[in-house]
Amino acid sequence: MEVKFNVRRYDPESTDAVDHFQEYLMDMEDSSTVLDGLIRIREEVDGTLSLRCSCRSAICGSCAVRVNGEAGLACNTKIIDVLPGNGNTITIEPAGNLPVVKDLVVDFQPFWGKIKAVEPWLQPVGEEPKTEYLAPDEDMLHLAGVVSCILCGACVSDCTVMEVDSNFLGPAALAKSYRFVGDPRDASNQQRFKTLNEYGGVWDCTRCMKCVEVCPKGVAPMDRIMSLREKVMEAGYTNTNGARHANAFVDSVKHSGWLDELKLPIKSFGIFNIKAMIGLIPLAIRSQRAGKVPPIFHKSIPGVENVKRIFEKVETKK
Amino acid sequence: MLDHDILIIGAGLAGMRAALSAKEQGADVAVVSKVHPVRSHSNAAQGGINAALTDRGDDWRDHAYDTIKGSDFLGDQDAIALMCQEAGDEVIAMEHMGAIFNRDEEGRLGTRAFGGQREARTFFVADFTGQALLHVLYEQILKAGALVYEEWFVLSLIVRDGKCGGAVMMDIRTGRIEVVRAKAVILAAGGLGRVFEPSTNALICTGDGMSLGYRAGASLMDMEMVQYHPTTLKGSGVLISEAARGEGAYLLNSENDRFMLKYAPEFKELASRDVVSRCEQTEINEGRGIDGCVLLDLRHLGEKYISERLSQIRELAMDFANVDMAKEPVPIMPGMHYQMGGVKANVDGETGVPGLYAAGEVACVSVHGGNRLGANSLLDTLVFGRRSGVHAADLIKSIQHLDVDDSAADNDRRNIQNLLSNNKNESFGQIRLDMGTAMKEHFGVFRDEDGMREGIEKIEAVKKRAESVYVADKTSTFNTNLLFTLELGFMLECAESIAVSAADRSESRGAHTRTDMPDRDDENWLKHIMVSKSSDGGHELNYKDVVITDWEPVVRQY
Repeated sequence: MEVKFNVRRYDPESTDAVDHFQEYLMDMEDSSTVLDGLIRIREEVDGTLSLRCSCRSAICGSCAVRVNGEAGLACNTKIIDVLPGNGNTITIEPAGNLPVVKDLVVDFQPFWGKIKAVEPWLQPVGEEPKTEYLAPDEDMLHLAGVVSCILCGACVSDCTVMEVDSNFLGPAALAKSYRFVGDPRDASNQQRFKTLNEYGGVWDCTRCMKCVEVCPKGVAPMDRIMSLREKVMEAGYTNTNGARHANAFVDSVKHSGWLDELKLPIKSFGIFNIKAMIGLIPLAIRSQRAGKVPPIFHKSIPGVENVKRIFEKVETKK
Repeated sequence: MLDHDILIIGAGLAGMRAALSAKEQGADVAVVSKVHPVRSHSNAAQGGINAALTDRGDDWRDHAYDTIKGSDFLGDQDAIALMCQEAGDEVIAMEHMGAIFNRDEEGRLGTRAFGGQREARTFFVADFTGQALLHVLYEQILKAGALVYEEWFVLSLIVRDGKCGGAVMMDIRTGRIEVVRAKAVILAAGGLGRVFEPSTNALICTGDGMSLGYRAGASLMDMEMVQYHPTTLKGSGVLISEAARGEGAYLLNSENDRFMLKYAPEFKELASRDVVSRCEQTEINEGRGIDGCVLLDLRHLGEKYISERLSQIRELAMDFANVDMAKEPVPIMPGMHYQMGGVKANVDGETGVPGLYAAGEVACVSVHGGNRLGANSLLDTLVFGRRSGVHAADLIKSIQHLDVDDSAADNDRRNIQNLLSNNKNESFGQIRLDMGTAMKEHFGVFRDEDGMREGIEKIEAVKKRAESVYVADKTSTFNTNLLFTLELGFMLECAESIAVSAADRSESRGAHTRTDMPDRDDENWLKHIMVSKSSDGGHELNYKDVVITDWEPVVRQY
């Protein structure tokens, strides 16, 4: 089949160093991957095209790019799966949220910096046993789901928080952190929770699900972040906007059966946080104009006692 | 000019293990790798790592014998014994560093069966053991604060009066060329799969380390011993782990016959790799294949079991062959997978060149001989990586840097200038493809005199063409075009050494099977072939007797 690869190019050494798109028309097999196409372009058509790739079997994590605007591994993305219904063009761009070095090659240093920031190594206490540490197989199998992260950066590329806040640790580093928090052999959770609870940590995720969608290895970083939130709160770190926000949600629904949107920001920020309260005023005015101000008197829904019963049941189960 | 006690080339398992052990001894260590450490090819090892743990009732001597028999008695028995004795500690050390490993009911490390072994002694993390171990070592490198030159490409080793005193390397990102002075250099640069087409190996496996060692005066040993893995996907050549057969998968021919029962009644699908690959190729050649393949059948294992223990390869088969192995058999064929040979090194990693060490696939200790057992390669990288690091850290205490200055890079600078400024017309992609195809055709599962001669001629012809290779990219930033051209030079040297070694061995042993000389000849060929650079720029062959300690060669049956 004939496929038009629309590739974003960038050469920092050219006199007018701006990025642009270049088209390559290639005849590809039905079974070909996007990487097959890119390799053929650079071997047969244009040797100047730069990209990282190595294993061709979704294990080395080198070839994360954006295909038609969404991050993924070029090596396990079949062309036929990403061809639009009404054409033969696919657009290939470098991974997002990282500076471009050249063509499809991005600078991974910020990525590795964040991985390192979560102290990604096992920190056991006490003397090492003579043989292996004993650990339940189901715990290890559970961890295998995170250990299988290949650090390709697809999640970071498309993270909607990192796009606006470079301080966020991001889905890959937080999943890496979870790999140790969830390890029965690791004894440094208190220290890890402290870091995770800080600005840039678990509370900065907006739960947009993008990382779960684009992860080529089923690591589901956002789910790990949510598990970390729970663990951080269970460990007693409840004095953050995020933790208060989560608690306010629960309290409101448990009390009235639905969300009291008026109280939510007040409880999240704290009523004595004058600066934050003043900061909310423009939002209140905009909501007013859009007719979206929630009712001042928050009434319980009919049958609220059933909601309460659900809560009680869940809480006793814990 | 940069300065380090020890420079380690390659950041896979062998390289990072060497770095950790050398750093523990207090040496100033730097690792250089053309890719970020977690992108290394150790990732691709799926099935596991072998060790005979005494508290499981296993015995290192049994592991050693299985390895020796697997090697078709070409492996050096003293080295194999040592590797098997140290295996248990190495696996436990990895567990202590953080490797998760699948467990048994009591929470201890669990095992699975693997080819060519009488005991289930393969420890594993699902079917991505290599990746799991590689990431753990990278974590330890971060913890130890070891220096890694990420995405730097080594151009040459610096040799003065026959001793190695450092390396010349290029920062891929900027094109900057630097001299690194080092009292010891450890080659841990992996294998050469790309010399063949197709291969299960990553695109970065271009024999750089073997060629660098050869150019520096070291010998390449057992190069004719190229492993064909029995289960690779058609077309893409993607690897399906031996773990599939370890967990109980069958091999079927077009008549739905479990043909391994006929060839290897005791070990069946789990005979050693050279044996299984030959049987598959025989079935295919005799007309009982399906479109050049035989079938790998896992259906009887059940979907739950497959997804728990073989999840990655199930995904691979879906992605690359469009087959769900829980529901259908997968078409597979033998595919080039591993180089048993490499830079001749002893059990402490020392090569014949003072100051130069080698460990991992780049090296030949020789623990794999004519055929490597599955799950012995990870073990090889860790044991000999660690030992090289320790030995080098000890060596540097008593020696001084050689007299090396910035001019050591002059040759490489000139060479790259020439490559970038030429206006010739050969494409590296076409040359590599022609080389790879020739190697597969003439140095595949079955070989013969005429075919190998023809192969040597083809390699000479592509080598000639490679002198006229054109580098289209003229920039200094991330110039992969230039890198591939430099790698092509390394690969051609490796191809040639494989070809001349293979043509020289006039018998069949391990992975080297000659249809015109089908028998093993213990009288004349219990010896290693070594290729080294001769003074006139050509190559010369030398021989070394196989070390036999407790196990006399016998006829191999599975």
